[in-house]
Amino acid sequence: MTQESTEYLLQVHELKKYYPVRGGLLQRRVGDVKAVDNISLDLKRGETFGLVGESGCGKSTAGRTITRLFKPTAGSITFEGKDITKLRGSELRSLRQDIQMVFQDPYASLNPRQMVGSVVSEPLVNYGYGSEAKLKDEVMQLLERVGLPADAYYKYPHEFSGGQRQRIGIARALALKPKLIVADEPVSALDVSVQSQVLNLLKELQEEFNLTLLFIAHDLSVVKHMSDRIGVMYLGNLVEVADAEDIYRDPKHPYTQALISAIPQPDPRKKSDRIILSGDVPSPQNPPTGCPFHPRCPKAMPECSADKPQLKEVNRDHRVSCLLYE
Amino acid sequence: MNQQEPLLEVDGLHTGFTIDGDMHYAVNNVSFSVKPKEVVCIVGESGCGKSVMSLSIMDLLPKHNGKIDKGAIRFQGRDLTMLSDKEMNHIRGRDISMIFQEPMTALNPVLTIGFQMDEVLMNHTDLKADEIRRRSVSLLDQVGISRSDQIVNEYPHQLSGGMRQRVMIAMAIACQPKLLIADEPTTALDVTVQAQILELIQKIQDEVGMAMLLITHDLGVVAEMADRVVVMYAGQVVEDTDVDTLFHDPKHPYTKALLRSIPRMDEKQEELDTIKGIVPSLKNMPQQGCRFVDRCPEAMDKCREIDPQLGEEAQNHAVRCLLYDASFPNEQKQRGVGS
Repeated sequence: MTQESTEYLLQVHELKKYYPVRGGLLQRRVGDVKAVDNISLDLKRGETFGLVGESGCGKSTAGRTITRLFKPTAGSITFEGKDITKLRGSELRSLRQDIQMVFQDPYASLNPRQMVGSVVSEPLVNYGYGSEAKLKDEVMQLLERVGLPADAYYKYPHEFSGGQRQRIGIARALALKPKLIVADEPVSALDVSVQSQVLNLLKELQEEFNLTLLFIAHDLSVVKHMSDRIGVMYLGNLVEVADAEDIYRDPKHPYTQALISAIPQPDPRKKSDRIILSGDVPSPQNPPTGCPFHPRCPKAMPECSADKPQLKEVNRDHRVSCLLYE
Repeated sequence: MNQQEPLLEVDGLHTGFTIDGDMHYAVNNVSFSVKPKEVVCIVGESGCGKSVMSLSIMDLLPKHNGKIDKGAIRFQGRDLTMLSDKEMNHIRGRDISMIFQEPMTALNPVLTIGFQMDEVLMNHTDLKADEIRRRSVSLLDQVGISRSDQIVNEYPHQLSGGMRQRVMIAMAIACQPKLLIADEPTTALDVTVQAQILELIQKIQDEVGMAMLLITHDLGVVAEMADRVVVMYAGQVVEDTDVDTLFHDPKHPYTKALLRSIPRMDEKQEELDTIKGIVPSLKNMPQQGCRFVDRCPEAMDKCREIDPQLGEEAQNHAVRCLLYDASFPNEQKQRGVGS
């Protein structure tokens, strides 16, 4: 156990997050939206784990439940060998020093009335590292490190472009020298030329600060570029987990195969054999029985609608939840 | 094919907005053409003027501050900028139709799908009421909507994003237009749904035999769909060529940098190439010289002084860059001395 806890920074075991659906005259609980329905994953120290999936697959909810911004419905989260699933109050507060988030929308995640210097120093002030004035040099260094001009300290968020705002968000997340950063779609609001700047920065910082990164995004090519390992989510479930290269070269799950084939490649000479899925992602309030993907799966078998497959290792470090491999 | 008369010809288009009393051009001297049945992609990052250009063609600019200042938009030889509102209404939706990025905001939430579809046919055809509804249902079938006879009685919020975009496409092709303008038609959709919609658009384009102007920021979509590509930067066309040349022999430093900055699925890259800085905003546009100069890895001193012109670099390949300007002496083309 001790050895395991040193190798893994974060272990998530059978995590569930349900939202109640209320209805009727008395607003009784009539059902659940199963946003995250049983995911298990381990993050090694210093690695980047990519979580990829389409909208509504539960990847953001998973990220926010892991950081304990949301309370899990069931399952356990272990951070540095310590169970953090049920932490409350001051213990939860001190955990936040080690786990920080970078959000998708750089316009909404910064207070428009707060000077950038104060945005970035706030976490430090909150955790008693001194007053804003005392921390100024440190914050300025941090701003410089993420590639912002020194006078950024005295400016307001609206004076910056989207890419620069995302840098501010990254500086804020870095301020407390966290061990884990959960980045939820950090580049999806940015143009490609700016996106590549921010991705490079995140990679550099990860190495420099020895960060562990949970990188959540819908764009598989971005996730593959950033990650050591990738987990593919569909309708609240992890359907495949493997090394980033393996996912691309040898995808096992029919959903992963379809997802990869659906990405338009920036080369007109490469016309891929596209697997076109029919229909849309079902509602997580009323998920299909058995395998959540079976109604859209081109390889579905009769038993897929009855049995829900579990994530099982098919190759070394390559886990898939699909009856085809059982 | 090459000798064919263009269906749409945009010629020296200047579209501007009045900001604080000054005119700023979001589209600055843009020229290109679309031949019948051709798919032309306009590609560029946000703020490069690609959407304003498509709104200019459709005459849908915000009336209070946006206007076409100079230039012509010739559709089958007629200059659209000279038409009255009534004449334009006749063309819009019948000869040229448009699909937008966000199908939820483009559909009216309080009217049924059927009502909104019937409206297009009512305005532009002589069909009788009962024929109209039948035609609406068959259009929905054509775009791959199952239970189309029930969907016509439903409201937009009851449909998913992909279904709504299918409805938009059905409305757009209702009158068999000669030109379809699609402004980021799949940007709001998930990638598996995007694949469905792109396949549908290709199929429909083939069936109807229409030309298409596809506006997108996604170079993957461009490679998939385009015959010809127009790259825009800061309100100008910087490169215009066929799709294969664009991806395999790009000339303009912006196009080259843009292609290098996308993460590739099929390669393992440690670091991505970047383009330093950001697109200049409308109010901070450089008044002289090349608009890309501050971000260009190959910038020269002259680039700040001379406005580069869009010139033919080779047959069917136009580039706006001094490096490829024949009138500019070769010995002065030393790269990287600017900045």
